[in-house]
Amino acid sequence: MDVDAVFYTDHSGKVTSNPLLDQLPSYQSLLYRRKSSNGGTKRRASSRSQLGSSGSMKLSTVNRQDERQKGQTLQRPIRELAKTINEKRTYKKQLDEACELSSWGQWRQNTRRCLRRMKDEARGFLNSLKLWRGDIHLIEGMFGPGILSYFSFLRFLVMLNLVIFLIMFSFVMLPIIIAPHASVNITYSQNNGNVCSVYTSSARRGLVVFHEHFTDLLSGGGFLEETYLFYGYYKVDKIYFPQVTYNLPLAYLLATVAYLFLSLIWIVKRSATGFKRNLIQDEDRFQSFCNKIFAGWDFCITDKNAARLKRSSLLYELKTDLEEERIKQKIAERTRKERCRIYLIRLILNLFVIGVLAGCFYSIYLATIYSQEAQMNDVKRNSHIDLIIEYLPSIVITLANFITPLLFSIIINYEDYSPAFEIRFTLMRCVFMRLTSIGVLLFSLWSQITKCKEGTCICGYNHLLYSCWETRVGQEMYKLTVFDLIIIAAVTLFVEFPRKMIVKYCDFGLVRWWGQQEFAIPQNVLEIVYGQTICWIGTFYCPMLPAICTIKYFFIFYIKKVSLIKNCRPATRPFRASSSHFFFLGVLLIGLALACLPVTVSVAQISSSQACGPFVNYSTSWEVLPYTVAQLPNGVQTILYALSSEVFAVSFFVVTCLAMFYVIALAGAHKRVINQLREQLATEGRDKRFLIQKLCQAQGIPAVKSPLSKSQPLSRNRSSPSYHTSFSSNFSEGVFLAHSPPHSSTHV
Amino acid sequence: MGNKQTIFTDEQLDAYQDCTFFTRKEILRLHGRYHELAPHIVPMDYTNEPDCKVPLALIVNMPELKENPFRNRIVESFSEDGLGNLSFNEFVDMFSVLSEMAPRELKAIYAFKIYDFNVDNYLCKEDLEKTLNRLTKEDLTPEEVDLVCDKAIEEADLDGDNKLSFADFENMISRAPDFLR
Repeated sequence: MDVDAVFYTDHSGKVTSNPLLDQLPSYQSLLYRRKSSNGGTKRRASSRSQLGSSGSMKLSTVNRQDERQKGQTLQRPIRELAKTINEKRTYKKQLDEACELSSWGQWRQNTRRCLRRMKDEARGFLNSLKLWRGDIHLIEGMFGPGILSYFSFLRFLVMLNLVIFLIMFSFVMLPIIIAPHASVNITYSQNNGNVCSVYTSSARRGLVVFHEHFTDLLSGGGFLEETYLFYGYYKVDKIYFPQVTYNLPLAYLLATVAYLFLSLIWIVKRSATGFKRNLIQDEDRFQSFCNKIFAGWDFCITDKNAARLKRSSLLYELKTDLEEERIKQKIAERTRKERCRIYLIRLILNLFVIGVLAGCFYSIYLATIYSQEAQMNDVKRNSHIDLIIEYLPSIVITLANFITPLLFSIIINYEDYSPAFEIRFTLMRCVFMRLTSIGVLLFSLWSQITKCKEGTCICGYNHLLYSCWETRVGQEMYKLTVFDLIIIAAVTLFVEFPRKMIVKYCDFGLVRWWGQQEFAIPQNVLEIVYGQTICWIGTFYCPMLPAICTIKYFFIFYIKKVSLIKNCRPATRPFRASSSHFFFLGVLLIGLALACLPVTVSVAQISSSQACGPFVNYSTSWEVLPYTVAQLPNGVQTILYALSSEVFAVSFFVVTCLAMFYVIALAGAHKRVINQLREQLATEGRDKRFLIQKLCQAQGIPAVKSPLSKSQPLSRNRSSPSYHTSFSSNFSEGVFLAHSPPHSSTHV
Repeated sequence: MGNKQTIFTDEQLDAYQDCTFFTRKEILRLHGRYHELAPHIVPMDYTNEPDCKVPLALIVNMPELKENPFRNRIVESFSEDGLGNLSFNEFVDMFSVLSEMAPRELKAIYAFKIYDFNVDNYLCKEDLEKTLNRLTKEDLTPEEVDLVCDKAIEEADLDGDNKLSFADFENMISRAPDFLR
C-alpha cells in the first residue's frame, strides 16, 4: 500500500484535500508537540501505526521547516519540548549539525548554556538558604498545601518584621549608638522649662525587688521605660557628623513612613500573581468541577494517611459543590413569602450581630479607662492584681475575640446562605471584630490622654497624668504583643494537649463528638494578622517592637508546628491553597490600612509630648517636615510646595482616576473579546463537523465506482457521522477510499 | 566538582542536563534510585547506554508514586511501549516533567495524556468517569459521578463535541489555579 498517496499536495507543498480531521493543520501541530510514535493499544494498532509512520514522515517535513522558523524566532530550550528524551537528544544533534555557526556563535551558545546552568545552581542554593525549608516541606507532605500556605505566610511575616526592624535600627538607633563613640557633637531636645515639659517617669529608683523586674518585663514599665524600647528615650535632636548634620526627628518620622510604605509594596507585590488571575476570570467558575477533577490531586503526597485524607477532602468538596448546586436551585425556586421571611430573619440577626459588636467595643473602652485610671491612682495593691489590671484591656480583647467567632458561626446557620458564602461572611465578621478592637483600644487611650480636668488641655494632652503619652501608648502595644504570645502558648499547652489526651484515652460519646483538634486556618491567620497590625501601629511608639515581633513569630512557628503534628488532624473542610493566598494577603492589607490610620492621626493631629522624645521642639510630630523643608534651598522648596499643594493633589487624583477607568474598560473589552472568541470556537467546531459529514457523504458516493467494492457497505455506514467514535476509524476508511481514485471528483 | 563518577560519560550528563530540568547531582541521585528499584537488572555503568527496562510493578511501588491514584497511567504515558516498562531515559523524563521546574504547558501536555485512559487523544466522558472514580475511590453514587462529569464537560468543552480535545483541556488548565502541583 502506497501510503504517500493519502497525502495530496498541491504545488505549494501544503497538505490539502483529504479533509479527515486527523490531517487538519491544527491537529498536526498538536502531533508535533506530542510523542510521534505512541505505542498502540489493541484497538488501534494498525491504524495507529499507519498514522504513526505517515505522521512521522509528515512530521519530518514539518520539522525541518519549523526548525528553521524556530531558529529564527525563539530559542525554546530543548528540555521544554514535549518529546521523549531520545527524541530530544536526536533533535539536539540535528540542531547542532544544522546550524553551521561560526566560532562566535558557538561561543555565544556555550556561554548561554553556562549561564543557564549557573542560574539553576544559584536558584538551588538560594532555595536551600530559605528559612525553615525542611520543616515546611515536612508539613506540606503531611497536611497539604492549605496549611502550608499558613506557614509560608508566617515566614513572610518574620522576614517583613526583620526588615522593618532593620530600617528603624539603622536610621534611628544606630546614629545614637555610634555618636558617643565617634566623638561628634550632639544636641538634645530642649527642655524649655514650662509646665508641659515636666517628666514624671514611673521608672523605679533605688533598691528594686527582683520580682518587680519580672513585672516590669511583662508590663513594659519600670526599668524598661527609659530604654531604647520606647519613644521617650530618644531625646537626641541633631548629631553633627563631620560631613553632614543628622536630623534625628526627621529620620524618625521618615523611617515610620518608609516602613509603612515598604510593607504596602511588599504585600502588593506578593499578592500580584494571585490577584491578576482572580481579576481575569470569574472566581466562581474555578472553584469548580474541572479544577477539582484535573488539578485536585496533590501529586506530592507520599504518606498513606495523607492520601486518604486528601481523597476524603476531595470527596467532601465535590459533595459540597453538588450541594451548592442543589441549594442554588432551591434559592431560585423560593416563593416571595419565603424570601420576605428570610430577609426579615437576616435583618434581625444582623442587628443582633451589630449589637454584640457594639457591646464588645464598649466593654473594651470601659476596661481601658478603668485600667488607665487604676494605674494613674498609683495605689499599689497586690502586684498580681496590679498586673491583671494593667493587662485588663488585652484580656477583654482576647475574650471578645474568642467568643464572637463561636457566636457568629452559630448565627450564620440561621441566615440560610449558600455554604461558600457562609464561610466568607463569617470570616469577614471575624476580621472586622479583631481589627476594630485594636482601633477601639487606641481610641479609648486617646480619649483618656486628651481629657483634662479643665476642659481643654494646655499642652494639647493631659500633661499631669501622661507627661510622656507616646511611651504609654507604646507600653500598651507592648503589653498586647506579649499577652498575645502568652495566650497562644497557653492555649496550645493547656487546651490542645489535654484535649488530645482526653480524646485518646476517654472514649465516651461526648468526647468523641468533640473530637480531635482541627487546625482552623482562618482563625490562626487572623491571630497573626492581629499581631502584625499591633506591630505596625506600635513601631512608631516602641521602635524595638518589630524585633520583639520577629522573635514572637519565630516562637509561634515552632509552637504551631508542634501543635499541628502532635495534636491536630487536618480540617475536614479543606481550605483551598489558591484562594487562601489571596485571602491572607487581603486580610493583611486590611490590617495595614487600619494600622496607617491611627499612626497618621497621632503624627499629624495630636500634639507630641513636650517632656520626652525627639519631637519636643515641635507642636506635632509632623511639623518637623515643613520645618526642615523651610530650611532647604529656595528652588527645592518651591518644588516641594508645589507637590504638596491642592492643585497638584487634585490633578494627580484626576489622572489616577482616568488611568483606572481606562484599565477597567480595557479589562471589560478583553472579557468581551474572550467570550466572542469562545463562541466562535464553538461555531467553528460545529462547522467542522458539518463539513466532514458532507464530505464523508460525498466520498461515500464515488466509492460505489471504486474497485474496492467490498468496502462500500461499510463506507455507507461509516459516512453517517457519529462523532463520538474516534476519528482514527474514519481515517482508516479514508485511506482505503482515497487510495484508488487519485483524481476523483471528491478531490477539491 | 567532587569525585569523578563513572556511571555516565560527561557527554551523557551534558545531554541529560540539556534535555531535562535536573542538575548533574540530581541525575546521579536519580540513577541511584533507579538502580535501587531493580539492582539485578540495572547496571551501575551506563557509559555504553545499556538497554534495560524496569517493569511497571516495581516502579509504581516507589514511595513517591505509591499513593498516587494515577500511578499506573503516569508510568504508562512515559513508556515507549505503552505498558509501563521504563528505561532510564524515560524514568528521568518522567521525573523531569513532574518536577517543579517544568513549565505549565509541558505539564499540561502530559496531564492530558495521563487522564486519557483509552488513549484516543480526547477526554471523553468515560475517561472523566474513570478519573473521578480513581480520585474518590468510588465513594460517590453513580448519579453524582454522572452529574459531575456532565458539569465538567459543560465547563471546559469549547467546540461542542461533548468531549475535551487537547485545546479545550489546555485552555481550561491554564486557568485552573491549583494545577501546578
